[in-house]
Amino acid sequence: MSICFEKLSHEYSPGTPFAFLALKDINLTFAEGKMTAIIGATGSGKTTLVQHLNGLLLPTEGRVTVNDHVIEAGKKYPKIKDLRKGVGLVFQFAENQLFEETIIKDVSFGPKNFGATEEEARERAVRSLKIVGITEDMFEKSPLELSGGQKRRVAIAGILAMRPRILVLDEPTAGLDPQGAANMMELFKRINKENGITVLIVTHNMEHVLDYCDEVVVLGKGRLLMQTDISTFFENEEYMKKAGIDPPSIVRFKRFLKEKGLELPADVLSIEELAAEIAGRYRR
Amino acid sequence: MKAIEVRNLDFSYDKERMVVDKATFSIEKGTYTTIIGHNGSGKSTIAKLLLGLLEKAGGEIYIDGMELTLENLPKIRNRIGIVFQNPDNQFIGSTVRDDIAFGLENHCVPQEQMDGIIEEYAARVNMSDFLESEPTKLSGGQKQRVAIASVLAMNLNIIVFDEATSMLDPSGKRDINRLIKQLHKEREITIISITHDIEEVAQSDNVIVVENGRIAMTGTPKEIFRNEKVMVKMQLDIPFVYKVKKELQKKGIRVSDTLSMERMAEEICQSVLKN
Repeated sequence: MSICFEKLSHEYSPGTPFAFLALKDINLTFAEGKMTAIIGATGSGKTTLVQHLNGLLLPTEGRVTVNDHVIEAGKKYPKIKDLRKGVGLVFQFAENQLFEETIIKDVSFGPKNFGATEEEARERAVRSLKIVGITEDMFEKSPLELSGGQKRRVAIAGILAMRPRILVLDEPTAGLDPQGAANMMELFKRINKENGITVLIVTHNMEHVLDYCDEVVVLGKGRLLMQTDISTFFENEEYMKKAGIDPPSIVRFKRFLKEKGLELPADVLSIEELAAEIAGRYRR
Repeated sequence: MKAIEVRNLDFSYDKERMVVDKATFSIEKGTYTTIIGHNGSGKSTIAKLLLGLLEKAGGEIYIDGMELTLENLPKIRNRIGIVFQNPDNQFIGSTVRDDIAFGLENHCVPQEQMDGIIEEYAARVNMSDFLESEPTKLSGGQKQRVAIASVLAMNLNIIVFDEATSMLDPSGKRDINRLIKQLHKEREITIISITHDIEEVAQSDNVIVVENGRIAMTGTPKEIFRNEKVMVKMQLDIPFVYKVKKELQKKGIRVSDTLSMERMAEEICQSVLKN
């Protein structure tokens, strides 16, 4: 499934005093099967962008194509439900969208809503819950009994149960403890690799972008600033400066080393590589 | 002088599992304290108890030397405020301006001073252009900025930040942290920050580690990070410099105990360039 934005703009509350142009003239293509990070300052349009992918927001100019669905500004799109089957969107603070009495019912809701039988829905729910690491003894519990991190896993399982080909995650690790966040990122990577699902992830965590993603899209004030592969991005200080982001720790550390007279190759981007490189210099 | 003193604090949602279990700790006035621990460890519950938003099952809480009781609650809320993790949980007003004004009105700030205060704090969190916007139409990070401004504007002695910058981009987070630090110094506010950001923890005066509703450890950041056993057991993240230090040790290179990237870089360069 490919995703393509063409000259897309989005204005909130057009024609009112609250009017706000959140996206301006976006031209962007996402390749199939990749894990892409969408980054940018607060209010740069990241959430607005991803909400176009399942028709939650409609373009006010231009168009977005998701596989064979073409959504154009000013036109009603009749097959929104069909589109949503293929695109799973996990919101910020996804745990707030849980509503059923039990975890298993909550996760079964999506597939049932899209026409699966009771049995099918349950079977898919069980599988999705297993993927996110929720064990069977918890299936009949109320989602309200879970901790924040667990709730978020259940919400993600609810999306996975719909078997989307594209998974869109809006700040999925905000507020999770570091271990929980790392587990979650590994989960997305696994879903991406094993099932070939295209994953788009809105995040501010540059360590996650560096460690898990293939590609990065940078937004600034509603415009597309750049789209590039991860290593190119983190090997070039100018790119990060242009994107207005704080580089990951390793890049900042290398900057200090360079200032003090020790320059390491640009492609050293993990702590292991860094330590090996430094050790090599000691021996020489 | 203690800003906060907590003794044997207990709390349970269901009267079965203790979410806060005999928690005892104190926080000195004017310090910057971080609280760390897993999701579900009871950190946020402790914060809500300090504000009197939840009713304790047992124990005592003193805020600025005053016991937290139902009668004292209005006085206590003039001293301590909280910024929640999810800003949607605290919006009241129909515009950003109204929202910041709400807290000020409750604190009986005279009308003629209000606009000045609102504009000052909106500017300090970089949200001046959004004063007439609807809070619900803002992005997640912008909402957090407004929530922070609303609480900062109230001129309280103690502020609790519950993961209050989790949705800000790194440079936005740095700006807000700088602002909080600045206010902390200017007005000697006591700051309590519940956070997963290990670099923020490294810069705080004191750290409280919470696990299973109990206070597992308290101390300075260095004391906490040095206790590797506990850090590993509790699966807590360690600062980047400590990770580098560990990796270098594996290769037989020793570096001294510092939390500063710059100092560690300096040390490494000195040894390498000397060779």
